[in-house]
Amino acid sequence: MADGEHFDVVVVGGGLAGLSCAWEAAKAGRAVAVFERGEEPGAKNVSGGRLYLGPLRGLLPDEWNDAPLERPVARETLTLVSGGGAVSFDLRSDKLRDPAAASHTVLRAKLDRWLGEKAAEAGAMVVPGARVDGLLRTNGTVTGVRLGDETIEAALVVLADGAVSRVALDDQAPPPPSPAHVALGVKELVTLDPGRLEDRFGLEPGQGAARLALGDFTRGVPGGGFLYTNRDSVSVGVVLRLDGLAAAGPQGPESHALLDAFRAVPEVARLLAGGETTEYSAHLVPERSVDQLPPRSAPGLLVAGDAAGLVINHGFTVRGMDLALASGVLAGRAAAGDPAAAPAAYEAALAKSFVLRDLRAARRSQAFLARDRLYGHYPRVVTELFEELFRFGPDGKGRVARPAWKALRKGVLNWRGLRDLWAARKL
Amino acid sequence: MRVDEKLALDAFKPDEEPHIKPRLEVCRTCRDRVCLRVCPGGLWTVVEGTDEVRVECSGCLECGSCVTCCPNGGIDWAQPRGGCGVRFRLG
Repeated sequence: MADGEHFDVVVVGGGLAGLSCAWEAAKAGRAVAVFERGEEPGAKNVSGGRLYLGPLRGLLPDEWNDAPLERPVARETLTLVSGGGAVSFDLRSDKLRDPAAASHTVLRAKLDRWLGEKAAEAGAMVVPGARVDGLLRTNGTVTGVRLGDETIEAALVVLADGAVSRVALDDQAPPPPSPAHVALGVKELVTLDPGRLEDRFGLEPGQGAARLALGDFTRGVPGGGFLYTNRDSVSVGVVLRLDGLAAAGPQGPESHALLDAFRAVPEVARLLAGGETTEYSAHLVPERSVDQLPPRSAPGLLVAGDAAGLVINHGFTVRGMDLALASGVLAGRAAAGDPAAAPAAYEAALAKSFVLRDLRAARRSQAFLARDRLYGHYPRVVTELFEELFRFGPDGKGRVARPAWKALRKGVLNWRGLRDLWAARKL
Repeated sequence: MRVDEKLALDAFKPDEEPHIKPRLEVCRTCRDRVCLRVCPGGLWTVVEGTDEVRVECSGCLECGSCVTCCPNGGIDWAQPRGGCGVRFRLG
């Protein structure tokens, strides 16, 4: 590539947002280059687990029918863990299989590589092993990127470099995100042959399960555990709020030890027994409310996916990949038009799309999820209640409603509990 | 399984130049040492007999937790150069 080469669109980062943008812009006939610092698209990326394709209908091309997805999720389980006990709420429903609303587990190395091939087939130049170090600016407008000493000009730059963007907007390296605005995901991939996996998780052939857990295994750090079934492996991990982890003090837990603690929960250990760990990974997850998002555009620049903070934590599930794909496609469509008009067109398209609609609707969920009683207190109240209900000891049972009332009075129907409920009404 | 055994399962292509550099003049006076606990690779250690920390860059998962959590701005952190660092084969 000659120094000073010119493109219509330069995309920084070959993940879901960057590659879907490149695919869209290339299909519209633009000269597009994608610079990816990993050895191939996906090499630096970690899937939290599952992708919701439902919201993306109408945005993604039909070729997505051939995308390398792992399993459609046909069973959803939420588990509360405390003191060695666990209470699970389990959903199996034909409605989960409705193709219009289905979610699929994915592995990013496979999915991103496929998406990179699609973008390349459409004419985009996908350059792996290339780290972008900074943006070029002329009179306040972004006019290209810098890779080491090399400069590449572009009519429009799309920044899609993930949760920890290190692309300098000027000579200064950008500050890292605030620990209050990100969570750390730590994950292991455990191989299990498909038959055994389906037996353990109670699945029909080819179907998948998603399990989320809250409880004392995070030792008071706000966060939780997850299990997602892939074709022949299970993604098992924890997501921990970084501010909570940092605030635990010098005697607090180590992040990797909390994954071990989750794996040691008997419920989890039983599901993974005999499986072999084949990969260990970690990644930051943006966790901001819609009012705390970084800029999504500037003259000559669009920002998409995690780099724009486009992630929603609903508490019982986290969505980022569908928002990354949607913002990437919308950025690609905006990039297909007049570059000077692209920032305004992109902002308008995002505002009308489910991306900002759902982010606005979930405005209060970040503040709600910061309540640390969700991670220790309530899992304990519920687990102890169920342990009491199902216990028939030497003294007989007595009135069955008594333990329930006792737990409710002590654990929920008090000032702090009512305040939590009051806050939950607006979620 | 220990965390170093887990890291040994991953593919890494080390950069010649370390991409994370603790600023020792800041680290010496730090009491929190959050870096020691947040790193999912357990790559940060206190050098025995000193008040200095060191980091084993070659097993870095590139999550950015250390630089995000350091309360004193005591870490210089860049992404490894293009093509270097961790390579997830599954992700």
